[in-house]
Order: sequence, then structure tokens, then C-alpha cells
Amino acid sequence: MRSELTRSPILKRLLKSRWPQLLLFILILAGFLFAILAGLVGTPVGNSNFAIVFVWIAWWAILILVAVPFFGRGWCAICPIPLPGEWLQRGAVLDPPKRKPRWLDLRWPNRLRNIWLQNLAFTIVALFSSVILTSPRLTAVVLAAMLFLAVGMSMVFQRRTFCRYLCPVGGFIGLYAQAAPLELRVKDKRVCASCADKPCYHGTAISPTPGSQAGYGCPWDVFPGGLSRNTSCGLCMECLRTCPYDNIAVNLRPFGADLARPSGKLDEAFKAFIMLGSALVYAGVLLGPWGPLKSAAYSVGSPAWFGYAAAFLALLFGILPGLFWLAVRLGMRFSGQAVPSRPAFAAFATALVPLGLAFWVAFSLSFVLTNASYILIALSDPFGWGWNLFGTAASSWQPLLTALLSPLQAAALLLGLLWAGDVARRIGRQLKTSAVPVSVFSFLATLAMLGLLL
Amino acid sequence: MIRSHRAGWLALGLAALAVLFVPLPSATRPPAARTFRVEASNFAYFPGSLRVDPGDTVTIELVSTDVVHGLYLDGYDLSVTADPGQTARLTFSADQSGSFRFRCNVTCGALHPFMIGRLQVGANTTLWRAAGLAALVALASSLLFRPGSQTEAA
Repeated sequence: MRSELTRSPILKRLLKSRWPQLLLFILILAGFLFAILAGLVGTPVGNSNFAIVFVWIAWWAILILVAVPFFGRGWCAICPIPLPGEWLQRGAVLDPPKRKPRWLDLRWPNRLRNIWLQNLAFTIVALFSSVILTSPRLTAVVLAAMLFLAVGMSMVFQRRTFCRYLCPVGGFIGLYAQAAPLELRVKDKRVCASCADKPCYHGTAISPTPGSQAGYGCPWDVFPGGLSRNTSCGLCMECLRTCPYDNIAVNLRPFGADLARPSGKLDEAFKAFIMLGSALVYAGVLLGPWGPLKSAAYSVGSPAWFGYAAAFLALLFGILPGLFWLAVRLGMRFSGQAVPSRPAFAAFATALVPLGLAFWVAFSLSFVLTNASYILIALSDPFGWGWNLFGTAASSWQPLLTALLSPLQAAALLLGLLWAGDVARRIGRQLKTSAVPVSVFSFLATLAMLGLLL
Repeated sequence: MIRSHRAGWLALGLAALAVLFVPLPSATRPPAARTFRVEASNFAYFPGSLRVDPGDTVTIELVSTDVVHGLYLDGYDLSVTADPGQTARLTFSADQSGSFRFRCNVTCGALHPFMIGRLQVGANTTLWRAAGLAALVALASSLLFRPGSQTEAA
């Protein structure tokens, strides 16, 4: 059940042209650099500073509530962070140059070709999130560090190594992109198998056929002919441009189509636990009524913070995976199956993709709707210096849709639980193992989240 | 088998409707006047959770012990502001049931957007109903979708 969107000539032309993407890139890059500037020179009061309001409220809302659930890695296609590095790496902004610049062009080590570093990067950011989310200066430092790291890695390694293996945001976008109803795939794998030059992967300085363009090899180091999941496709559209056989399609598909084929990778399984656990912790710390917990999370370096950090890490890497492993083992025992528990554990963790996404949607709804009114204020006075550019600086803070918030959150969590149960059931059928204990795990996690949010 | 499967779904559907719409038991205590002294300091309210019965007349005495803090009550759209060392009072009739967050509405520092407390008026019916539905969803996943079951194959 797929519908090829690129059948529309207008959409195809828009996606193949580099100009619309470049214009978006430039616009967002300007906003990104402005956020860094605002964070560094603007007011230290978070909710009056463009850096905090536009990054952690506006961007976060768009990312979690719209971009990831509906467009998967759509954000990665227009993310400004890798741009300067990529332009330098390519020696061009638009079409490939005649002479490629000489950088080190190293391959990323095989041992690190997974998302463990992204897991680590996200965990580190998450541990300090109470401070990062509220301090404009620290937000600016984190954004600038990501930008410089991406540039540096583009000078040393091939392609978009930062996005693929280090970006703390890219890791979870890739995981949750599996749930999205949008994909880029080849139309016929046999065509790719018989293609000699594979310009989609290697790039081409000249247009291979009249219908295709010169372009770069996949920045995400993916051969489209082997693409079966959204996890590592950045939707940059290079392959759509360079394919000499018009064999690339952007499809609408059912939600969660990738989840029927679990990867069985432990790094992705742990990403699911990290995201699930972080959503629970954030809901408790940031939205809960417990003052000492907030203080502990905010007082970085204090004994209370070390206690908080230890509990946080124990939940993410010990308690949640441990309980889940027990659930998987129990399911195997119920079914009398002798499947090795590690692959089964990793495969069943796919059920946590829709569950985790629902947790983040529910958490973000509260966070975003409560604070959205700061957007108008920060738009008029981005540095908090008393400006009133658009006449909205004096708008008063007002939480939005408070009456609808709880029902919306409950609906998101119940949908996530239903979806997780369905995914677990399918995986259980593939492994001939009972999914009941995994469903019970999902149910208990959902109860905890409901208790924290409602 | 197919018939029993359909019966299972029907039973679950009816149970879901019951969870959603059957009135939950509530305490029948007569309305009373309830006063709470709430201290606001360091991005937190103490106590952070308040519980009253529907119909109670609630007075919150907000006392700030560091900087100016406010208290905005979701759902009721009421607010009050307290200067340091001063007591500000907010009195209202708890005529809506459920769980409501109250939050600081005066920028008070870094963690200001997360300075949150909770007022529960009567039973938290949204939570109980959502938990009941979650149990039904888990039950459906576990019982009606058993791997390899004939019902599913059918």
C-alpha cells in the first residue's frame, strides 16, 4: 500500500531542483546563527531570549509534533548544522565542481559505524538538559559546538559523518523515522543491481542521462538499492537527482511500515530505552510538582545532581532494559521457544519506537502549549533588550488549550500503547514468541507516564 | 473461533465505553472552606500538590520567600502575584473536577517555565479513565492478538 508522490511532475521538479532546498537551508541557517548570537549576547532570561524560545519551544514543537511523526527524517533534509562543513567538503554550494577540494576524506572506522556514539551524545545532553533548556548562553554554546564539530568532521571524514554517527538529535530522529508515513526507496531493486556506475552512491560530475543531473554521492553513505528502512536516509534527494534510470521514488506509505522488519541491533534498542526513559524523567522533573527534584537536576556538580544523574543513568541503562529483558525472557518461556535472548530483546525493542514517540508527543504537548505564547514576545524582542519589532513584545504569557491538554496527552499515550502492542504482536509472531510480557511492560510504562502527566 | 473473537472485541468495546462514560464514585462530603499556605521559592511551590473536594471554597495564601513569584491556575484561568515577604491571597470555588497544574506566571529565573504545582479537585477522572483504557488496550494486545492464533489468521 504505497503511493508514489514523485509521480507528480511539479513535486518531482521541486525536489530535484537544488534551489528550493538551498533557499530553505539559507533561511534556517540564518535563524540558527541568529539563535547562537542571541544566546551569547542576549538576556540570560531564557523565556525572553530567541535562542531558548525558538530552539526549545518553536523548533522542538515542529520537530516532535509534526516533522518526525509525519516526515521522518524530513528535518535532516533541511538541517543547517552540517551545511557549512558540507559546502567546504564539496567545494561547492550547488552543483558539483569540476575539481573536488582535497580534504583528508577518511572513512569512518567500521567499529563506530553504529549509533552508540549518538546514544552517548544524547545521554550527555539529556543529563544537563535542565540547564541547557533554560540557559541561553549554554544553548548557544551547544549549538555552536555542534556546528564546529560538524565542520571539523567534514574536513576529516567522508560524507556526513557527524549526522550519521554523532548528532544527538539525528539518532532519535532516525529511530522514530521508521514510524513515519514517508519514505524514499528505489522503484525496482534489479535496476540498481544492474547499474554499473551507481552515481547515487559515488556521485557524478556530469549528468549521466538527459533526465538526470550531476550530483553528489549519498551524503549519508547509503546505497539506495539496499535501502529498506528510514533510519539512515536523510531525504537529501541527491539520489533522486543523479539516478540515470529514474528509479528513485518518494512514497506515502502506512505509518510504521519499517517496524514490521525489526533491525535487531542493540544500539538501536538502547536508543529506544534512552528515549523512553528520558521522556519519563523529563515529565517528572520538568512538569512535576517536586521542587527538590528540579533543584537536583539543575544544580550541576552538586551531590544532589550526582544522585539525580546516577538515578537517570540507572533508569536508562539498567532498570528499563533489565525489566524489558525479563519480559522478553518470560515471553520465550511462555512459548517454549529457545530463541537466543539478545536478538529477541533487540527485535522486541522495536515496539518501543511508537511507544517512545507517543511519550515524547505527550510530554512536548504540555511543554509547548504552555510556553508557546513566548514565541510572539521573543519574535519582537529577540535579545530581551526591550525592542518591539513587530508590536508583540508586550503580549502577555498565556498557556494555550489547557482544557484540551490532558485528553490530547491521554489520546497520544493510548495510541502509542495500541501501536506498540501491535508491533510487539507482529514481532512475537515472527519469533514464535509470546508478546504478552512486552505488552505488559509497555502498559506499565504508559501508566507511569499517565501518572506523571495527567 | 471467529465468533468468540468477535465477542471478545465486542466485550472490549463495551468495556471501553463503560470506562469512558460510567460515573466514577466520588466523596459526598459537604463543601468546605479550605485554606493552603503555599511557599514559593527557588522555582518550586511548597507544598507542590494540593487536594480539595468539588465545591470547596479554596484560598491559596501565596508567600514568596525569594523573588517575586506568581501562581496561575490552569483550567480556572486565575492568577495571583506575591512580592517577597508579602502574602497574596487567591480565593475561588473549586467548581471543576480533575487535576490542574498551577505555574509561576512572573518570570523568576532560569527554571521559571518549570515552576509547577498541582491542584486536584475530587478524583482525577481523566487519569483513571485513561488508565482503564490503557488496561483494555494492553488486554486487547495480549489476548485478542495472540501470535499464530486462528482468530488472527482468520
